[in-house]
Amino acid sequence: MNEHAVLAEAIQKRYGEKGKKGRSGRKGSRGESGERGGTYALDGFDLAVRRGTVHGLLGPNGAGKTTAVRVLATLLRFDGGRAEVAGVDVARDPRRVRSRVGLAGQYAAVDEIFTGRQNLEMFGRLFHLGSRRAALRAGELLEQFDLVEAGGKGVGEYSGGMRRRLDLAASMILAPQVLFLDEPTTGLDPRGRGEVWDAVRALVAGGTTVLLTTQYLDEADKLASRITVIDQGRAIADDSPAELKNTVGGDRIEVVVAEHADIPAAVEAVARVADAAVETDDAARRVHAVVSDRVAALTEVARTLQDRGTAVEDIGLRRPSLDDVFLRLTGRRTGADAGPEADADGDVATGVKEGVAA
Amino acid sequence: MSVALDLETGSDYGSSHGRAYWAVADCWNAVRRGLTHYQRQPVYIVWQLGFPIVSVLLYGYVFGSAMKVPGGGDYREFLMPGMFAMTMAFGFMNTAVAVVTDSTRGVIDRFRSMPMAPSAVVTGRGVGDLLTAVAELLILAATAFAIGWRWDSGFPGALGAFGLLLLLRFSLIWVGVWLGLLVPGPEAAGNLFAVAFPLTMISSVFVAPSLMPDWLGTVAAWNPVSSTVTATRELFGNPVASGGTWPEEHALLLSVAWPVALTAVFVPLAVRRFQRLSR
Ligand SMILES: Nc1ncnc2c1ncn2[C@@H]1O[C@H](COP(=O)(O)OP(=O)(O)O)[C@@H](O)[C@H]1O
Ligand SMILES: [Mg+2]
Repeated sequence: MNEHAVLAEAIQKRYGEKGKKGRSGRKGSRGESGERGGTYALDGFDLAVRRGTVHGLLGPNGAGKTTAVRVLATLLRFDGGRAEVAGVDVARDPRRVRSRVGLAGQYAAVDEIFTGRQNLEMFGRLFHLGSRRAALRAGELLEQFDLVEAGGKGVGEYSGGMRRRLDLAASMILAPQVLFLDEPTTGLDPRGRGEVWDAVRALVAGGTTVLLTTQYLDEADKLASRITVIDQGRAIADDSPAELKNTVGGDRIEVVVAEHADIPAAVEAVARVADAAVETDDAARRVHAVVSDRVAALTEVARTLQDRGTAVEDIGLRRPSLDDVFLRLTGRRTGADAGPEADADGDVATGVKEGVAA
Repeated sequence: MSVALDLETGSDYGSSHGRAYWAVADCWNAVRRGLTHYQRQPVYIVWQLGFPIVSVLLYGYVFGSAMKVPGGGDYREFLMPGMFAMTMAFGFMNTAVAVVTDSTRGVIDRFRSMPMAPSAVVTGRGVGDLLTAVAELLILAATAFAIGWRWDSGFPGALGAFGLLLLLRFSLIWVGVWLGLLVPGPEAAGNLFAVAFPLTMISSVFVAPSLMPDWLGTVAAWNPVSSTVTATRELFGNPVASGGTWPEEHALLLSVAWPVALTAVFVPLAVRRFQRLSR
């Protein structure tokens, strides 16, 4: 056994066959006519996940995260390169890989009509546990994921967080060596997100290796000990969360003033606490800069602006987001390349922005 | 670490059973899943049967006396085999909706990521749908019996007729699986009714093709649903009202040939669609 639970080398993946379209052919149709081009969803993708760790795969919409996970979980064939999961070659023995991995996809793949317990028992039987052990295992998992009370209710009545936890439990039935989680918190409210984070932490404490995809830097930071940034089907960075955040320069303070005329005043106030150059976004009347002492900086700027009577529309601290990392690594913003559904504001829009406490 | 997993993990590796065993066992587990759905949502099966039962009562009583069966005979006797076949024909929508729901919710992906037999995803659906169809036929036949429908042939004839109805349903399972993997979402599957409705209306379900305009009558006579309807009418000993056209005269042959042909075409198509999921 080697030290890596997941190893991918130069994976190439292109959707559909030549001239034919896949299930959502319209997406891949951009360069369908040509030979190479924008059609490779994975284009020389490398990844190494150490045993017993949580590894974050971070990238904007359309970067290839789902494709990577589906290739590694044997759901998709790939066209080139080599992949090994839990010590087994993915292309050569997919059935053996399947008996060692768990997958929680982008949508909670649980049966709406069943109760939580029925779901786990059904999946348990399909995992060849036999009825008796499937029932035992369902009980264990309901307890582990704090769903004992909800276990008898129909999944249709579950909250988003509960559904996700049930989905995680279902992917854990065989206590897999490697667990793939594709954007496990997308679409959840902060409370649901916290519940899922706790569940993931508990899994790793039990020795499972987790590969988790996310669009949120702070999520990868909170859970993962290592992060791979993916863009256009290729790994463009592989680092510890601390190093990755360092490259972007840590937390930022951000002030939005009510009047254009107040921008210089805001720049001056922010400059007094900033670690690096103050940046301004005229159109949005926004002034921001990297700071080291978050709380002190916020208090200071808020007081200064209040003393001068500057009308402030918004003021807050912002942790570096995927967007910041991306801009630094590629010179592009995340929204630029993704589809129309891409959320250009990334983390800010999802509540990572912290308001002023006082 | 875990009570349930102390023994041996549940994969078929290291288990004494072969692949064939698991193909059957997994299929049965998938069937149980489908049947538990009905158990938890009995309302659903009522809905599903609602349309044919209401049609039976509506056509039987409202139009029953006004409708003439060419060649004579009671309209209600004529109608019932049509209702049975219509219910079987509409069944392809249930298959399609179930498949597309599972595929968009990621349930099929989860199944494919598990060490279960991949074939069980489809065979489980098929067997489950056939069992459902048997239940539907029993309920419909009981309803029909209650309002006076009888088969005038012997028991073997009736059994053959029910067999033909299930054969039609069987062939449409593959159409349903193929469509379910083809359409983008459950909403789109709702539009399938636009296909299903003419498929059953332009047939001998309600009216004899000989009463329709020539061209429409020809289409109706060749409709696979008509072949099953006409053949079951013959087998039940109910009024047939054949217009004497070739497909009507050879209904028994066609009622086997059509489903066999549909199966032969749609099984490979459905399997191809399923395999395409991993491209
Ligand atoms: N089934 C498919 N057929 C064709 N192209 C696809 C398909 N799924 C994804 N793609 C394309 O592959 C690229 C990577 O997609 P994906 O792996 O889903 O990214 P992510 O999960 O990071 O958002 C995108 O350009 C996407 O449009
Ligand atoms: Mg994705």
